Amino acid sequence: MSIMTYIAAIGAAQREAMVADKRVIIIGEDVESNVYGTTGESKQRAESGDFVHQFGHARVRNTPISEEAMVGAAIGAAMTGLRPIVDLSYSSFMYMAMDQLVNQAAKNRYMFGGQSSIPVVFRSAMFYGLNTGAHHSDRPYPMFMTVPGLKVIAPGSASDAKGLLRTAVDCDDPVLIFEAVPLWGQKEEVQDDEYWIPFGQARIRREGTDVTVVAISGAVPLAMKAAEQMEAKGISVEVIDPRTLVPLDIKSIIASVRRTGRLVITEPAARTCGAAAEISALVCEAAFDALKAPIKRVTALDMQVPFSPALEPQIYPTTERIVAAIQAVCAA
Amino acid sequence: MTVTGPSPETMLEMQRRMLRIRVFDERASKMVKRGQIPGTVHTSIGQEAQVVGACMALRKGDHITGNHRSHGHPIGMDSPLGPLMAELVGKATGVCKGKGGSLHLADASVGSLGESGVTGSSIPIAVGAGLSAMVLGENRVAMCFFGDGAANQGVLYESMNLASTWKLPVIFLCENNHYALSTPSHTVTAGRIVDRASGFGMPGVRVENGQNIMDVYTAVAEAVDRARRGEGPTLVEVMTYRFREHSEGLRINVDYRDAAEKAIWLARDPVVMFRDVLIAQGHATAATMDQMEADVAQEVEDCANFALQSPDPAPGVAFEDLYTEPYTLENVL
Repeated sequence: MSIMTYIAAIGAAQREAMVADKRVIIIGEDVESNVYGTTGESKQRAESGDFVHQFGHARVRNTPISEEAMVGAAIGAAMTGLRPIVDLSYSSFMYMAMDQLVNQAAKNRYMFGGQSSIPVVFRSAMFYGLNTGAHHSDRPYPMFMTVPGLKVIAPGSASDAKGLLRTAVDCDDPVLIFEAVPLWGQKEEVQDDEYWIPFGQARIRREGTDVTVVAISGAVPLAMKAAEQMEAKGISVEVIDPRTLVPLDIKSIIASVRRTGRLVITEPAARTCGAAAEISALVCEAAFDALKAPIKRVTALDMQVPFSPALEPQIYPTTERIVAAIQAVCAA
Repeated sequence: MTVTGPSPETMLEMQRRMLRIRVFDERASKMVKRGQIPGTVHTSIGQEAQVVGACMALRKGDHITGNHRSHGHPIGMDSPLGPLMAELVGKATGVCKGKGGSLHLADASVGSLGESGVTGSSIPIAVGAGLSAMVLGENRVAMCFFGDGAANQGVLYESMNLASTWKLPVIFLCENNHYALSTPSHTVTAGRIVDRASGFGMPGVRVENGQNIMDVYTAVAEAVDRARRGEGPTLVEVMTYRFREHSEGLRINVDYRDAAEKAIWLARDPVVMFRDVLIAQGHATAATMDQMEADVAQEVEDCANFALQSPDPAPGVAFEDLYTEPYTLENVL
């Protein structure tokens, strides 16, 4: 076991995958110089651990700033024998490649009757809360949950990031992994050897009996803090991180709600048609009878992201907002 | 130049494949009118030399991607006709199990990665096939077919830049039939498409008479040879013409194509022209050509019967192939 940051865990998973399978390549903007810290041991090219040194230029490739071609080429390469990891950096850049992600990656296998599979991983970083403004701050995973054919995962911790990314690379279908940048520096004990976390298995981060809090991506640490604060007040909170959104482990969530009878869902994405909205609907359909209070969502507002540090924090979930929601459902 | 001319057998095969496209598409058109094919189809009638000349320059193991004018590309790669026609009709025996239809054919058995109904969208897919060839050290090339309309999509230029920078074995094959649906290409396209190649440091070749299959073949074979030598991509623009409307059943009240222009091109029927060449050069006789035409007519008759007599897909097929693992309703709840 090592204590590792989330971003280091992503890097470790990429290295393991590159070592394990020669068909794995990494393409993206600035991956050769390790600008984002996942294709090397440090920011220094010359030091050991550099991916270009270890795996060669053929398998670690800087791309032009051409998201559409980069994503399309990765899809074509995946259909013909490679297993690319595409580093799209900022998640808002994915919109440049929407046609390829939605019309090609998601549809080709189905539309062509299963003649090909598309084992490709699209990594993107959800910068938010970092005063980077609306073009560099986004949490777009819910919109991709509405595209059948894509798998959508959003690890909430370092150990999950490593194990889920390995599963993503070995998956024969296109996987979009959304990494919350506020989590990049968060540390956790991570196994040093290889491991794979199956998709569709939620992680119960903390057991509790009074209320279930489903927390997604960057909202996980906030929910954990809220749970600690509630414990001091005598309320026992169960925190569940679904980890993967497509497929979604709704069974574990429903089982928890049946135990607690109360549900709060929190995520950093906007409210309308978010993952929280979908989970809320599924729980209502399957376990309405178990609910002792209406479900509450603690999400970002349906608002663009303002730049100023004086403005930005208002729009996201906070520990305080989660605490308030827990208290509200427990009071009901 | 290392490309040698095609053998007489290859030339006869070119004619056979052009005929297969012609007769298949004529039949498909009729089947649309009769309501046997749902929706519409976009025929390659008139463009057979451009399609087959390009496909015949490839070999087994190479890949192609295409566009909405889709039937010719897999047929040009020698795809069996039955599953293609069954796909157009939407039957269980369709090459895509009835889930793609005319606009979205793919036939992995001949290297066809898929036609795209979205203009230009399949171009980077071919670049990816070129990338995998290079990284895996497999001596194959990839060719994307796209029209003069798609030549104005930004993704083409991103793709050309990427393929040229990485020296990938890719052929960008522009099928310039002069019209993006009803819009004359010259009214929406600045300069010549072929000249755009130089901006990306790759050779650009324009085949002025794309109705002459030997001209197409020679130009594409050179580009393929170059790609196989590791010297990177080429843009080949083939000037051609579609003989029919953009899609079958489409009625446009404005006569957007000049009658004189149309007459000139209709007189350059690639299938008729090459039949005459084969006979003139002594590779065939009128009788052997007649026999080939009869054989192809029979093959198309058989494929249509196969398609019409095939069963509908079982309803459950709609829920297969989304992911590599089975989709079950348990995934919902």
